[in-house]
Amino acid sequence: MAFKMIEQRHRVFSLGRVTAIAGNTLTELTRQKVFYGVLVFALLLIGTSGFMAQLSFQQEFQVLKDVSLGAMSIFISLLAIVGPARLLAQEIEDRTIYTILAKPVSRFEYLLGKLIGILLLLAISLVLMSAFFLSMLYLREQTVLRETAPQLANLPLPQMNDTLRTIRASAFNANLLPAIVVIYFKGCLLASLTLFISTFATTNIFTIFVMVFIYFIGHLQAMARDYWLQEKGMGWLAHVFLAFVALIFPDLQAFNLVDDAVAGAVIPLALFLKTALLGGFYTTIYLLLAATVFYGKEL
Amino acid sequence: MRILLVLGIVLAFGAIRLPIERHLAAAHHQHRFRTTEFNLSLREQIGQLGFIAALSGFRSLVADVLFIQAHVAWERTEWGRVLLLFRQVTTLQPRSILFWDMAAWHMAWNASVAALNDPSQPRQALRVKAQREYFALGKDFLERGIRNNPDRPQLYESLGRLYRDKYHDHEHAAEYFAEAAEHPDAPSYDKRFAAYELSYCEGREREAYAHLHALYLAGKNERLPTLITRLKFLEGKLNIPPGERIPDQPAAQK
Repeated sequence: MAFKMIEQRHRVFSLGRVTAIAGNTLTELTRQKVFYGVLVFALLLIGTSGFMAQLSFQQEFQVLKDVSLGAMSIFISLLAIVGPARLLAQEIEDRTIYTILAKPVSRFEYLLGKLIGILLLLAISLVLMSAFFLSMLYLREQTVLRETAPQLANLPLPQMNDTLRTIRASAFNANLLPAIVVIYFKGCLLASLTLFISTFATTNIFTIFVMVFIYFIGHLQAMARDYWLQEKGMGWLAHVFLAFVALIFPDLQAFNLVDDAVAGAVIPLALFLKTALLGGFYTTIYLLLAATVFYGKEL
Repeated sequence: MRILLVLGIVLAFGAIRLPIERHLAAAHHQHRFRTTEFNLSLREQIGQLGFIAALSGFRSLVADVLFIQAHVAWERTEWGRVLLLFRQVTTLQPRSILFWDMAAWHMAWNASVAALNDPSQPRQALRVKAQREYFALGKDFLERGIRNNPDRPQLYESLGRLYRDKYHDHEHAAEYFAEAAEHPDAPSYDKRFAAYELSYCEGREREAYAHLHALYLAGKNERLPTLITRLKFLEGKLNIPPGERIPDQPAAQK
């Protein structure tokens, strides 16, 4: 009778269990030294970007934004690869995975919790870096405005307004925000893919190596895809190879909108939503693939 | 068996996402995102390391590093290197107005003057020829910049300035200032500049007068000394009846 009651209470999928695993993963990840190392380096790079080029104000803002957003993109990608790569291998090594999976926790819940924990870490890191970057940008903008103000004093009002508008437009641009969110989608994709690789990898070093290759090839995937679909006069071997690259690897260039956003290009809402949907699609599929492999894994 | 299943799912997923990715890439191109072409020419220009970095999603950073190198080359007046580096920078980051503008400025303003005053070239004809070549290089940067950024006013304005200051071609200058002024985020002076340049064009005085007069009527902020001077000049040239002429001492000058 008691067994029946317990069985009735146990649900196949529980958000509570997933949340508990996610919270635990987040705590575990934030305790890793690598997280602080990466974050400190990213903040240092963003902090020093303002001093990298002492040029005129427009050039200075451009360099500041490029370096900062580049740093954010690098470090989010790094965290998305290094964080999940260690998780499964570490838990198997420490044997904590057995304690968790011995409880009524499904392997899918376990993986989903892990992924959510990583995605939360990426979100926190990105928010921290963005806040720091925007503060730097704001401080530089104020400094430039202060320095320029005496030179504008004798100008007619419309010209003064034009100049001030140019300075402000060179500094903060609202399009930077969707571009930063797109960096996050790329991080989600990489984290999910790393989790998938780590389900069949034996060591975390192997996972990181594979992910580094995937990262580079993923940025070439669009070229391979276009060449495969548009070029007719190539041999079958090249055709098969390009098809393999196009079908297996994710298109990481689709998430590189930040370069153009820094240059002042506007990201239309529809384009942003399509990119977000693709990111969500990739993340979900790789999670399902990870679950498929993980269910068959002998622990 | 499970490995085959996973591989099958990966391939099926690839086949499903293929049209989605192509559609998204087309949408990106339509909005002028991801326009940089990664080919052998770029690889030769920026070197292997830079090419890999650019391919890995850091083309903006690579462009900045090259831009700083171009700045150093400019300080050393190494014009050939400045040109080469700016070609690389603008190839990597074609959406940055600043890079096109700076490249054109270095060529048409700085390098051209250096070429004209080149002490190692005794023949003036050759110095002038070199100067004209640098003007053309500056113009080429701006024209390519406009092709990559037709939706933004700054490069039209820069090209207008180049035609005005370097070629003394007022007709083209007026045309480009007017094109810049048509953009919603253009500075207010573009409209004035277009009218000023038009006022120097033989045979188009009536049109220029209409533009300048309309600006004059637009309000006190537009009644700047150059505008008054050009308007007075055209009133005289076109024999405008005294009753229709602007006052000799306009409000803005009082």
